[in-house]
Amino acid sequence: MKEFYGTRLPNPLMLGTAQYPSPAILEQAFRDSGAGVATVSLRRESGAGQTFWQMIRDLGVLVLPNTAGCHTVKEAVTTAHMAHEVFDTTWIKLELIGHTDSLQPDVFQLVEAARILTEDGFHVFPYTTDDLIVGERLLAAGCEVLMPWGAPIGSGRGLNNEYALRSMRAEFLDVPLVIDAGIGLPSHAARAMELGFDAVLLNTAVARAGDPVMMAKAMKLAIEAGQLAHQADPIEARDMAEPSTPVIGKAFLS
Amino acid sequence: MKIVLNGESRAVRAETLAELLQECGFSGRVATAVNEDFVPSSLRASHKIKDGDRVEVVAPMQGG
Repeated sequence: MKEFYGTRLPNPLMLGTAQYPSPAILEQAFRDSGAGVATVSLRRESGAGQTFWQMIRDLGVLVLPNTAGCHTVKEAVTTAHMAHEVFDTTWIKLELIGHTDSLQPDVFQLVEAARILTEDGFHVFPYTTDDLIVGERLLAAGCEVLMPWGAPIGSGRGLNNEYALRSMRAEFLDVPLVIDAGIGLPSHAARAMELGFDAVLLNTAVARAGDPVMMAKAMKLAIEAGQLAHQADPIEARDMAEPSTPVIGKAFLS
Repeated sequence: MKIVLNGESRAVRAETLAELLQECGFSGRVATAVNEDFVPSSLRASHKIKDGDRVEVVAPMQGG
């Protein structure tokens, strides 16, 4: 597995911490998912922040703060600096939202913010589209990880454009690539891993499932299966049948 | 002095950002911004609060 800014992840699942029915379910979902990274955010302090932080620390996972909801470079950069102080990490999941309905990243501002934050010493995990040129620009801006979307955040549609994601994998062979957002089912996560992606970041698919803990476990198994399948060098699909049982030696019975 | 703290208008006695956090009962891990600019914790004690300042105090929260 590739390193993420010099860190080897215990496994390829990054799990969000939002939208769970209760803190206890969140905690159990994390334990059963085996996720090595938890995404977190910053919001106005209303009293609950410190308890939440203590629980995340007790999970013993790496923390990846986000800039969710930011629409401008300045807002995202300021949020990143605040996150650095609160969470004591140089990692930042850089989200710059460009469209209200699709939550599609504003890739122009994303590249600019990534450049500023890299110069400020951050290790940027950019939430981006599957556009190759944007990927190149992000790498040129100093990113060493790319996180293309599978589908819009929370949509559960899976990998909307597998062709583009395949191209991205082929183009950025040595770059750690994470499918971030859009995963709805374990099969989507398995597919991402089969395509050779290095990790999957998901939240809603687990947190909003009828049984989040069971879904967390399903995701863990699917990701493991997809990763093994990729390493096992799968066969190519073909149009015509090819008998798997030997033809030679068949008894002549007609 | 009147300021806007996390979107709500408040009258406060504090003269610095550090005093403001104390006066308003914030403790633990928080980060601060004044008028949309980040103020590191090391500068809170020397950062003077002015009338009409917009102060944001944020803490860890669930996120995806």
